[in-house]
Amino acid sequence: MSRIVVHGLEKNYGDACVLEQVNVTAEPGEFLSLVGASGCGKSTFLRILLGQEQQSGGVVIVGDRLIVPEPTPQRGIVFQRYSVFPHLTAIQNLLLIEDFRSGGPFGRVFGARRRNARKEAEAMLERVGLAHARDLYPASLSGGMQQRLAIAQTLLGRPQILLLDEPFGALDPGIRVEMHELLTELWTEHGMTVVMVTHDIGEAFKLGTRVLVFDKVRHDPQFPSAYGATITYDLKLDRKNRASSQDVAKVAAMVGTTRLDSAIATTAS
Amino acid sequence: MLARGIGAVNAGQHAGQEVARAGRPRPKVRLRLINARVSRGGALFLGVLPFLVVAAAYLIASGKRLAANPADKLLPSPAQMWSAFLDLATVPDKRSGDLILWVDTYASLVRLFSGVGVATLVALSLGIAIGFIPRVQAFLLPFITVICVIPPLALLPILFITLGLGETAKITLIALGVAPVMVRDIANRVMELPTELVAKAQTLGGNSWTMVLRLVLPQVMPRLITCVRLALGPAWLFLIAAEAIASTEGLGYRIFLVRRYLSMDVILPYVAWITLLAVITDWLLVRLSHIISPWAHPVQDK
Repeated sequence: MSRIVVHGLEKNYGDACVLEQVNVTAEPGEFLSLVGASGCGKSTFLRILLGQEQQSGGVVIVGDRLIVPEPTPQRGIVFQRYSVFPHLTAIQNLLLIEDFRSGGPFGRVFGARRRNARKEAEAMLERVGLAHARDLYPASLSGGMQQRLAIAQTLLGRPQILLLDEPFGALDPGIRVEMHELLTELWTEHGMTVVMVTHDIGEAFKLGTRVLVFDKVRHDPQFPSAYGATITYDLKLDRKNRASSQDVAKVAAMVGTTRLDSAIATTAS
Repeated sequence: MLARGIGAVNAGQHAGQEVARAGRPRPKVRLRLINARVSRGGALFLGVLPFLVVAAAYLIASGKRLAANPADKLLPSPAQMWSAFLDLATVPDKRSGDLILWVDTYASLVRLFSGVGVATLVALSLGIAIGFIPRVQAFLLPFITVICVIPPLALLPILFITLGLGETAKITLIALGVAPVMVRDIANRVMELPTELVAKAQTLGGNSWTMVLRLVLPQVMPRLITCVRLALGPAWLFLIAAEAIASTEGLGYRIFLVRRYLSMDVILPYVAWITLLAVITDWLLVRLSHIISPWAHPVQDK
C-alpha cells in the first residue's frame, strides 16, 4: 500500500562497507524476496527499512516522504526469533497493539474499547489457527505457533509495509509449507507491500513477486570488507506462470546454494 | 496363516515380557557422578544430613562441657537456650515492661525493610532509566559504577555524623549499601532485552513511557525479585553493624549487648531467629515472583 524508493543507499561500519549503491523501487503491493550469501547485508538492508539502523548515505523514501529513522507502526516486522513478548499470553500479545495505540499514559485500554479489541484479537487468533492457545504463554507454544502469533500480531497492527527477517528459518519443513500458505493468504487479503529476507531460494521464488539478489560486484582480495554488496539481479515473477527452474538455478548459483533440488521442489510446491 | 501370524506375534510379546522380567534386577551400570540422579527420599536425607551433623556435634560438645562444669556459659544446653528465648519472648522486661524479643524483631525488620524498600524503588527507577535511555546511561552509568566500589561500612561514621544516631542513619546505610549493585544489575538486565522486542514494540505503537510500563517493567520483575533476595544478605549485615554501634533496641543490638555477659543462651537463639526470619523472607519473595511473573517460571506451573 506504500511505495518504497531506495536510491544510492550506502552502509558502512567504520572502515567496513556493507552496502553500496543500492537502488530499488518497490510498487505498492509487491512482494520482494531478498536473497544472498550469508553476511551480504540483506538483513542490514531490512533493518534500515525498519528504522532500527540508519544508512550512511543515500535516500530511502517510504510512501511519499523520507523514512523516519526509528521503528514506527507504518512498518511491521517479523523476526526469526524474539518476535513475540514472552511475558504476555497469546491474546495479550495481540491486545497490546490497542493498548499501545490508544491506551494513553497507562498503556492499557478499558471498557468498550477493550471488548472491541478483544473481539478483533480473537478473530485474528482464529484466523491463524491459535484460538485454542489464546491463554498460553509463548514459552509453551511450538516454534511454528510462535511465528504464527508473531505474524498475527504484526498484521493486526495494519502496517503499510511488512518486513520479514527469515521468518521461517527456524521451522521444520512441513510447518514451513503451512506458513507459506498462511502468509500468501494474508498478503492477498491485506495487500500490503512485503519485503522478505530469506536463505531459502525456493521460498523466495514461491512467495515473492520479485526476487532480488544481493552480492558484491567489486572484490579486494587484500581487504575483503572494502566494498559492499548491492543488488546484482532483479527478477520480476509472474504470479500465474511460476518461475522456470532455470531461473531458480541461476539465482541459486549466484547465492552459492548447494541445495538446488530442494529449492526447485519448494518453488513447485 | 493369519492365526499363525498372530501366534507368532504373541510369542514375540511373551518373549519380550520374559526378557523384561528376567532383566528386572537392573544391571549395575556405574554412571558418571554428574549423571547419577538422586531420588526424592535420597535428596531429603542428604539435605537434612548437614543440619543433623551440626546439631549432633553441638549436643555432644555441650553435654561434655556441662558435665565438667554445670555453670558453663559457652555451650548452653538446648533446654537453657529455649528457656532464655521463651523469657525474652513472653516475660515483660523488668525495667521497661516490653517483650524484648518482639520489640527487637519489630525494630530490626522496620529498619531492614525500609532500607531494602528504598533501595528497590531507587534500583527500579534508576536501573530502567539507565538501561533504556541512552542519555541517562551516558550521564549516570560511570557514576553508579564508581559508587558501587565504595565500601558502605566506611560510610557509616559519615552517616552517624551527618544524620545523627537515629533511624535515618541506619536505614540510609542499608539503602546505600545495597542500592548501587541493584541499580547496576537492573540496568544490565534492561540492556540485555533483545533489540528485536524493543523494535517490535515500537512498530506496534509503543512510545518510550508505555514501553517502560508494558515491556521493560514486566520483563525486569523476576530479576528485580532475585536482586532483592540477594541484597537481603548484605542488608542484614549492615543492619546488625549499625545496631551494634548505636541503638537502643533491635536484634543486632541485643546480641552485642548480651555478649558482655557471655550470654550464649541468648545469642545462639537470636542467631537462629534471624536465620529463620531471613529464610521466611526469601521464601515469600520466591512465591511473589511466581505470582507476579508466572511466565518466567514455566516448569513450576506444570
